[in-house]
This record gives sequence, structure tokens and C-alpha cells, in this order.
Amino acid sequence: MSAGLARVGVVTFPGSLDDRDALRAVELMGGEGVTLWHGDADLRGVDAVVLPGGFSYGDYLRCGAIARFAPVMDEVRAFAERGGPVLGICNGFQILCESGLLPGALVRNRSLRFVCQYVHLRVETSQTPVTADLVPGELIEIPIKHGEGQFVADGETLARIEGEGRVVFRYCSASGEVGDEWNPNGSANAIAGVRSERGNVVGLMPHPEHAVDPDVGPTGGQPLFASLLARALSRA
Amino acid sequence: MRFTFEVLVTLKPGLADPQGKAVEGALPALGWTNVSGLRVGKHVRLEVEAADEAAGRAQVDEMARRLLSNPVIEDYRILAAEPT
Repeated sequence: MSAGLARVGVVTFPGSLDDRDALRAVELMGGEGVTLWHGDADLRGVDAVVLPGGFSYGDYLRCGAIARFAPVMDEVRAFAERGGPVLGICNGFQILCESGLLPGALVRNRSLRFVCQYVHLRVETSQTPVTADLVPGELIEIPIKHGEGQFVADGETLARIEGEGRVVFRYCSASGEVGDEWNPNGSANAIAGVRSERGNVVGLMPHPEHAVDPDVGPTGGQPLFASLLARALSRA
Repeated sequence: MRFTFEVLVTLKPGLADPQGKAVEGALPALGWTNVSGLRVGKHVRLEVEAADEAAGRAQVDEMARRLLSNPVIEDYRILAAEPT
């Protein structure tokens, strides 16, 4: 264990795809990536946890429905209850919703098409470990790639999370406008990411871990990982 | 005793069902132009070893609530239950 480095655990489930990219993003941004295994009820003393994208258990039954019962998830839940930072990306977001750690659910895109493209996101709150260094209204550009990314919740839940400032990101235009035209999957209120009541658990469909290296495209994921690492370190 | 249960999982009424819409949209091409309200659900069949049907049904109900359906977006109904 090296002193002064935030240790960020990335869980690998059967069918995870983006665990390597998440570990690489953590290391590129100056943290220590720690591999975690779905079958081990052990977080290896990490300062933050990332549930990565992919197709855990083949997305059978519903996306994330089976992964949420993996042994590691009891530890993730306990870690979240202690206020530990947890970031779910894409399939990781779906797992957090299935487990009840985040509100709502992700269903088939309204278009019925798998979408793979860069999108702009508007930051809606600084009250999370991944947006603490960003300002509400700030725009970032990162990619999406999903078939089941339409965020839905019943009217009461939607009103509650909006009222409590728990929407973290919204899909928007390059200049920050929100509307159907820039909503790639039909998500309610163009919601791309939400947070828990306490704010330490965050889920989003877009992929910040694929947008940290200037050699391969936009770097909108950098400030999110930088923020996460700083918050993780301050807890360590 | 062993019982066979069937569970029907359906999207909650208010929720858009793009899959159902796509299937419905294919029917006019086959000549059926009088269909509306088509929604797609899931059917799960399983066998349970239980003392009696009520005990088996109670277990299936809990399994349907915790895993087979997501109460945020889906309803479920336990259909036929019969000794296997």
C-alpha cells in the first residue's frame, strides 16, 4: 500500500467489460487501482469503489438483476452506508438501481436501438464525490454505449429526486440546452446520472473511464476521476 | 411435494414499452390492422419442493418480489400452481 495514493477498487463481475478501462483511468489520474472480485466478500480496504460497465451475467432477466446478489455487493452496501464513495458506470449504474442503493430503473432505450456516441452532459450538483470539483452548469463530453439506458421512475420518485437535488447529470446540447433532440435514450427529464440521498453513491450511464486519455478523444472523464480520487483520499 | 409454478412479470401500466410498440408496429404488415395496446412481459416456470401448495406459493411470491421482478418497473402474478 503506497502512502498518499487514493486506492480505488473496481469490481469485476462475470461479463464486466470496462473494468480494465476503469482501473486504467484511476491510475492515469494518479490513483491506485485495486481489482475486486464479485465472488469475494472483501473490498481490500479501498477508499472508493467503482462498479464498471459491461453485461454482468449476460444481462439475463434484467440488467444488473443477478449481479446485485453477488457476495461483494453486501460489502459495497455496508461501505456505502458508512459514507464511502461508490460510482456505478453503465451496467454498474443498473446494478446500483437494482440493489436499491439508487432510485429508479434503467429500461430499454426508447428508440430500441443500441446507442454508441459522444454526448454532452450538464453537471447539476457538486454534492457528490465525482462532481465535488465541478460547478453546476458545467458541461463535459464523454461517450455512451448502451441498449438499456432509459432512466425511469414513478412520478413521485422523480419529483422527490429532482426536489432533493439528486440529479447529477443531464444529457444536453454542446451549449447546455436540455431537450428531446439531445436525449439519446428517452430518459425521464434527460437524466443521465443520479445520486443517493447522502450523495456518496453515484450512478451514470455515460462512460467517464473512456474519456481520460487525450490520445483517443475528449477528456471529459478526467475531472470526475480527479474529484473522486481527491474525495477518496480525504477519507483514507 | 413438488409443485410447478408459473410467474408472469409485466411492465407497470404507466411505463412505456418500446418492445411492445415495435411488435405492434409489425402486425399491420401481416394484415392485422385492428391491434392496439400490445405489451411484452416475461413468463417464468419453475418447480419447488414444498410441504404444501401454500408454502410453495409463499416462497415463489418472495422470489418474484426479490429477483424475478423489479418492483420499480414491473408487476407480477403467480399463475397456475400444480403438483409435479
